[in-house]
Amino acid sequence: MLHFKAEIKENIPVSKNHYLLTFTPLAKTPVPLPGQFYMIGIGNSCDPLLKRPFSILTKSDDSIRILYRIKGKGTTLMKEMKTGTVINVMGPLGNSYPIPKKKHTPLIIAGGIGIASVFYLAEKLKGKAIVLYGARGKHELLMLDELRGLVKELHISTDDGSYGKKGTIIDLLNEFHVNDKHLIYACGPKGMIRAVSEFALEKGLKGYISLEENMACGIGACMGCAVKTLKGYKRVCKEGPVFNIKDILW
Amino acid sequence: MNLEVSIGKLRLKNPVMTASGTFGYGEEYSDFVDLNSLGAVVVKGISLTPMQGNPPPRICETPCGMLNAIGLQNVGLKKFLKEKLPYIRNFDTKLIVNILGSTVNEYVRLASALDEARVDGIELNVSCPNVKKGGIAFCADSRTLGRLVSKVRKSVNHSTLIVKLSPNVTDIKEPAKAAEEAGADAVSLINTITAMAVDLKTRKPVLKNITGGLSGPAVKPIALRMVWEVSRTVNIPVIGMGGIMNAEDALEFMLAGATAVAVGTANFINPSSTSDILEGIKIYMKENKINDISEIIGGLLIDNPDD
Repeated sequence: MLHFKAEIKENIPVSKNHYLLTFTPLAKTPVPLPGQFYMIGIGNSCDPLLKRPFSILTKSDDSIRILYRIKGKGTTLMKEMKTGTVINVMGPLGNSYPIPKKKHTPLIIAGGIGIASVFYLAEKLKGKAIVLYGARGKHELLMLDELRGLVKELHISTDDGSYGKKGTIIDLLNEFHVNDKHLIYACGPKGMIRAVSEFALEKGLKGYISLEENMACGIGACMGCAVKTLKGYKRVCKEGPVFNIKDILW
Repeated sequence: MNLEVSIGKLRLKNPVMTASGTFGYGEEYSDFVDLNSLGAVVVKGISLTPMQGNPPPRICETPCGMLNAIGLQNVGLKKFLKEKLPYIRNFDTKLIVNILGSTVNEYVRLASALDEARVDGIELNVSCPNVKKGGIAFCADSRTLGRLVSKVRKSVNHSTLIVKLSPNVTDIKEPAKAAEEAGADAVSLINTITAMAVDLKTRKPVLKNITGGLSGPAVKPIALRMVWEVSRTVNIPVIGMGGIMNAEDALEFMLAGATAVAVGTANFINPSSTSDILEGIKIYMKENKINDISEIIGGLLIDNPDD
């Protein structure tokens, strides 16, 4: 089932502004792929009205975990949801990150909460990925210990220099010696994704980016989450959230 | 228990329909709803040639509602007939196609092509607030609307002709009367209410289009009032919509005079809303020993002012 009830197992803070939500579907649901997302219903009133989309962070035998940032009305209410609460969920939705060919070295670039989208990919790539991870400061570097055990290399930057290299993730990327074996997987704030895309085009690198947009339906009906691509407007929820790095018109 | 209702020549097996623009071309919802169970499916508005829609952001949430300014992105008539129509034809439900144009001629060409393709119903979108095409211009002036509807009427021989009305007018009874006089088989209302949202942090409108159409529970009381006013004014059936989230909402619209109801924004929150609403209507009828849905339609009890 793509639309199901789930029980909250845990909803805990991992930083001042970030929470980790673990839920157990109460029905049989499809196995999610890296890059896919779930729409989660918050509360039972009409405010907030719409479900909110969140990337899958990890999956265990019986539960699904997402990592979220407190951003607006929905997530502010979401952090108050208690263990045992039954929620309405849709998913897994959208496309997924294509798995790299043998000749490629996956180069994952995550900015801020963008780590929530690529973490599951890093896990699936079983130690093959090189990860560049940037955040504003040390306190916003999430899932760091878990990440270390999953990847081939981990390079970190913080804007304030409180951990890793001081500077943005783009600074980190510029210093990293890329070659044509590297296949990029990027997720993060729009400005960062755009800079990564421009970098990739300039260096002739291939890759994928995951985008975020306001969504209503999550299943391709409302056309609300459209982004402009070389082939016209495409829906982030249906043709995305993962797009070819060359395809987005900024 | 009889749930059947008539809209023009159309016999719907029950009064629950989908609202145009919220249900894609039907296929998007087939994982969540048994399309065979619905009274009718109203598909996303179709124009003669494909439309790319408005630049993003196109939607945003507001208290108990949402704004959209999609800009009628659609695949166009040709692709609809070839790729989308055959799929929805597989189901035992009535198919209503919403159409939009920027000239009378465009509406006429669309309507004749769809009438020829034997779709069950054609809904004229003369009330989209977000684009010039299919836009408010036709609904703002009742004489212009009347001329459009009579022209389209002449080219529609088989399908039931429905005119979708805009709430963004001073008196919605006027376009309703004009549509009826020009030969419409039914009217549907309301389309979204023109509205806007502002982001204080950026000091910009939230939507790139600046304004958008408000839908969801926030508009329900306005929609109910308009459905009530129009159903007392015209003799053709009224299809009621605007913030219907559950069976109670749907039944309230029917009491106010709607012969059928369309579910829109609720599909986004719960993709099986339409079938849940239908089940809820059946439970209500059973509990209240109502054998025929027609007993509910227009059954609003209004106290005599002298009492």
